[in-house]
Amino acid sequence: MRLSRIPWGPLVLLAAFFVPTVGSRFYTFVANDVVIWALFATSLNVLVGYTGLVSFGHAAYFGIGAYATGLLMKKAGVSFLLAFPAAGVIAGLCALVFGFFCVRLTRIYFAMLTLAFAQIVWAICFKWNEVTGGEQGMPEIPYPSFDWLDRVATVLPFVGGYRTSDYYYFTCLVLVGISLWLLRRIVASPFGRMLTTIRENAERAEFIGVNVRRYELAAFVIAGFFAGLAGGLFGIFNRGVFPDFAYWTKSSEVLIMTLLGGMSTFYGPALGALVLIWLNQQIVSYTEYWPFILGTILVILLFVFPGGIGGAVTALWRRAQRRPAGA
Amino acid sequence: MPDPSFVFAQSVSGLTAAMFLFLIASGLSLIFGVLRVLNFAHGTFYMLGAYCAYQIVQWIGVESGHFWLAALGAATAIAILGGLIEHFLFRHLYGKEELYQLLFTYALVLILSDTAKIFWGTQQKSVSRPPELTGAFQILGATVPHYNLFILLLGPAIALAFWFVLQRTRAGRFIRAAALDRETLGALGVNVDGLYTWVFVIASFLGGLGGALIAPMRATVPGMDTDVIVEAFVVVVIGGLGSFWGTFLGALIYGQVLSFGILFFPRFSIFSVFALMAAVLIIRPWGLLGRPLK
Repeated sequence: MRLSRIPWGPLVLLAAFFVPTVGSRFYTFVANDVVIWALFATSLNVLVGYTGLVSFGHAAYFGIGAYATGLLMKKAGVSFLLAFPAAGVIAGLCALVFGFFCVRLTRIYFAMLTLAFAQIVWAICFKWNEVTGGEQGMPEIPYPSFDWLDRVATVLPFVGGYRTSDYYYFTCLVLVGISLWLLRRIVASPFGRMLTTIRENAERAEFIGVNVRRYELAAFVIAGFFAGLAGGLFGIFNRGVFPDFAYWTKSSEVLIMTLLGGMSTFYGPALGALVLIWLNQQIVSYTEYWPFILGTILVILLFVFPGGIGGAVTALWRRAQRRPAGA
Repeated sequence: MPDPSFVFAQSVSGLTAAMFLFLIASGLSLIFGVLRVLNFAHGTFYMLGAYCAYQIVQWIGVESGHFWLAALGAATAIAILGGLIEHFLFRHLYGKEELYQLLFTYALVLILSDTAKIFWGTQQKSVSRPPELTGAFQILGATVPHYNLFILLLGPAIALAFWFVLQRTRAGRFIRAAALDRETLGALGVNVDGLYTWVFVIASFLGGLGGALIAPMRATVPGMDTDVIVEAFVVVVIGGLGSFWGTFLGALIYGQVLSFGILFFPRFSIFSVFALMAAVLIIRPWGLLGRPLK
């Protein structure tokens, strides 16, 4: 059987369900972090990798989603079932408004305007004490209620007996799995192909009658929507929502993940999230100077593996396949 | 209507902030104008300038005149650092995508600011004002420290010197030519690679100087680099990326908006400057005094 035929995505997802059973509480925590960031990074890749729009303010939508879910669940007592999609919808709406202006600009100006909007979001979260808790953020976001699982457990005993954080991890797995599947469908659709065409040659796309700006805006909204979903999950996971979710350094972090994993492949950014978070956990136990290591990794990446892990693996794979034919 | 002396004091403090921002943003704008790269690490150069000034003052003491030595020494050290980074690393990314260049400068932010933490820890460091300038003037009922007045005079002086170099010297002509058309300049026999290194050196010098000079006014702490770089971005975007007088104007506007914003909408003054940045980008992406990129 060809290796590329194996459905890696679903297999990895399935394996991830066993983390709480096999690993400790700590591993579940790390895995949950990875799962959420994987969605965040993949959403960014729709813009950067597929459409060729370098956003330096993607954290804005992550932050908006986190605050939306956090506010709805903590202050309004709305159930997770509503608060979670609301994160995506609100972030998507903001992306629609901001994106409307951003896609009118090109290259560096586009990056600057996304940055400006993200800083606006950050400034509002940072200062609007009554609603967002200001600098102190909003601690103690409640977990979704898992009481209904007790009833399920009477029928299916293997469902019961986990911690609330484990149940939340399963929830994240399912929701991120669905989101990634949707994103994959989107980028593989004719619409997604058109995004790639725009990345390769926007002028040409314009000539064949494509409304480039409208496509770019759609990509922007989709990316914002899924970043918002990731933010909504992250706020609960993090047990609190803080203004630095939307600060520009968060936008760079997720860009690094995307680049590390490889922007040319769909699962690259998710892989980048996995590698970066795992490395972080490993290195933090030896040294507090993680940013130094991260910066060094980034420099090596930029100079030696500009295609990221995904790009390097794909190149190796192609080489390995070509060899028997040549021999 | 607020008390006029208060308004005056507020606008002076805005002007002082503007001069610092100009020092930092002018380097950023210079690099963008010539190399078409947004240098995130520029804020880190500024922070390192402050730390270096602190360190040199620790070594040589606070006697009269020593602060100036420290400021110049710090700026020179940062200039050398900037030159080395350009020469050995950054140069190899010129042909690549903008994203790679941006992320490289961000990698520098991570590496250099952590290095600063290794050397100087996370405690805030402060430098005392130079003994020549510890007093203050009373102007229109407002207290203006001598040091602030010095900064207010230094900003325009540097702007004029900068303008003179760019407009009236051979090196300045080359820099302007490189901004317009790198290849033609190279074909005419100018060493463009060397020129780029010098642009980086000058820009880093200005960033380092800004940091060294702000050390007596604000505490030097980790994280000041990531804060200041977005402020500098706002300034260069408002004025026009790569436009020299635009940067000056942008710094003045930023300083006044921030200091009067604090007066009237204390909570949303930060918001207002970013909103201004977004508005400029939407209406005139190339800034108030800039020219559209081709």
